[in-house]
Amino acid sequence: MLYREAGDYKTSYVADSQTFPIKFDRYGYYILLGFAFLVMPLIINDYWANSIVVPFLIYAIAALGLNILIGYCGQLSLGTGGFMAVGAYASYKMMTAFPDLNIIFVIIIAGMVTACVGVLFGLPSLRIKGFYLAVATLAAQFFLIWLFTRTAWFYNYSPTGMISAPTREIFGVPVTGPRASAVSMYMICLCFLVASAWLARNLTRGSLGRTWMAIRDMDIAAEIIGVNPLIAKLTAFAVSSFLVGISGALLFTVYLGAAEAGEAFGIDKSFLVLFMVIIGGLGSIFGAFAGAAFLIVGPVLLKLLLVNSLGWPTDLAAHLEIMIVGALIIVFLIVEPHGIAALWRTIKEKLRLWPFPY
Amino acid sequence: MNGQGGTMLDTNPDEGYTTADGRKIGGIAMEMRNITLRFGGVVAIKDISFDIRWGEIRAIIGPNGAGKSSMLNVISGFYHPQDGEVIYKGYKRPRMRPYQVAQQGIARTFQNIALFEGMSVLDNIMTGRLHHMKANIFHQAIWWGRAAREEAENREQVEKIIDFLEIQHIRKTPVSRLPYGLKKRVELARALAAEPSILLLDEPMAGMNVEEKEDMCRFILDVNDEFGTTTVLIEHDMGVVMDLSDRVVVMDYGKKIGDGTPDEVRNNQEVINAYLGVAHD
Repeated sequence: MLYREAGDYKTSYVADSQTFPIKFDRYGYYILLGFAFLVMPLIINDYWANSIVVPFLIYAIAALGLNILIGYCGQLSLGTGGFMAVGAYASYKMMTAFPDLNIIFVIIIAGMVTACVGVLFGLPSLRIKGFYLAVATLAAQFFLIWLFTRTAWFYNYSPTGMISAPTREIFGVPVTGPRASAVSMYMICLCFLVASAWLARNLTRGSLGRTWMAIRDMDIAAEIIGVNPLIAKLTAFAVSSFLVGISGALLFTVYLGAAEAGEAFGIDKSFLVLFMVIIGGLGSIFGAFAGAAFLIVGPVLLKLLLVNSLGWPTDLAAHLEIMIVGALIIVFLIVEPHGIAALWRTIKEKLRLWPFPY
Repeated sequence: MNGQGGTMLDTNPDEGYTTADGRKIGGIAMEMRNITLRFGGVVAIKDISFDIRWGEIRAIIGPNGAGKSSMLNVISGFYHPQDGEVIYKGYKRPRMRPYQVAQQGIARTFQNIALFEGMSVLDNIMTGRLHHMKANIFHQAIWWGRAAREEAENREQVEKIIDFLEIQHIRKTPVSRLPYGLKKRVELARALAAEPSILLLDEPMAGMNVEEKEDMCRFILDVNDEFGTTTVLIEHDMGVVMDLSDRVVVMDYGKKIGDGTPDEVRNNQEVINAYLGVAHD
């Protein structure tokens, strides 16, 4: 009854092609944004920020990036962890080399560096496709991690081989380093996430996004109707790596504070983000959020349920948690192979007709 | 003034002829000179020459495996012939990638539909207008200025084509949900959206019922009439070919065996032999 598009007339093509064409969606989105920016900072505490909210925000950026590459352009990549490491190490080198540079610029430049590296490792995509490309990007993952652990210049010759983020401030409020508060960490990640989502949405709805999807759906036909595959694929790699790099930079500077390439950005991170994209829904901005929420929030909620509510021992709960999340992923992929975004779409289509579906 | 369609560079308008129904056909738009295409030892096209004039509907016919689709692929730059040259708008065309050929104003449809299944009808047709959208990646990223303006302008052009082909009701439907006949129509819309100088149609009527065929014929004629689009057409339905086309090239086993108006071709002994078979003694 509430969810209606009847009577919601569009009189211009601009209005017709907006992101949330249905009024109910649009207001829901504004309310959500208002809640995230105005209410959350007041109620967030260290535990929630560190265990759920900040990792969710950061991984959602990575999932957005990977979704552009896999979901929109159809280029399978397993190098996400490596590209996140590029973002992290680029931001570390920048912070130590230019201590006065604002952290926001550091993170954006780290994203740009990652975009360049992404384009470089995207070059094989011009000749190989599908699983073979996945293997090629897997090489990027291993090579980059090897590079960052073996070349001392990247971690400024520190004896432990770790990189650690010095304190940086925005308007006098520390956002990185040990003195950063939960609110400031939350806010910087939120700002980057909202900006990334906006960017991703704009790019995917315009002509560039259509060239990506054309390449994904049928690359030969795309080339014959005038898509330059070189530009389409490499821009997808660039934009995707840019977002993944930003997420890696945020993960290191804001969330972890100290990191070691092999541990923080290993192959498991590549798979984690890949699962987020697949479970959330390929080719959907909302899917990136949903997937990140499912894989970050899910385990924490399970732990809360098992340990805090049922009082089970922590180690047992930890193992059960892995098993349950794994089972949930499988169940989910069987029930809805196109991810949470497709499920959401179906629900919305049903809601539109509810309660009189005939 | 049919057949001139605005963008066309007809250097010598005196050339050409007038059809029986009064359409003026212009000078030579494209000329294929001695095209030979080989795949290893197989000769798909053997020394074929013909021309395409501005504004005409040119059919290429022939039995299965005659090399018609290969010919279309040569025109659209997907295959590169070993010998011969393509003269387009008066210039010899250098070896090009298919997307460069498309940028020169040659659009096509495919024998087995090649739509982008994951996208809506509207997005598919908008993809056809890529060359008319020049906003760079940064404008698009912030959706400001040129990007947003271009999107609305091109949408308007696309809507005209949607109206023209009568597919308003499926505008936002994902292509994968459409029936075959509508998919064919959407594919034609995508090719038309590019505002091509030459439109290549590879079996536009294949697999359609009579009603759908009639619709498609009407659209092809209307497109030619309204926009003066030069059309090259491959089709197996002889009734359709003879009714629609101004001139016909007939191919068999990679060779050209006939070229002329439908009536000339119909009475060509070699063409009859190729289609009906002939007793070899």
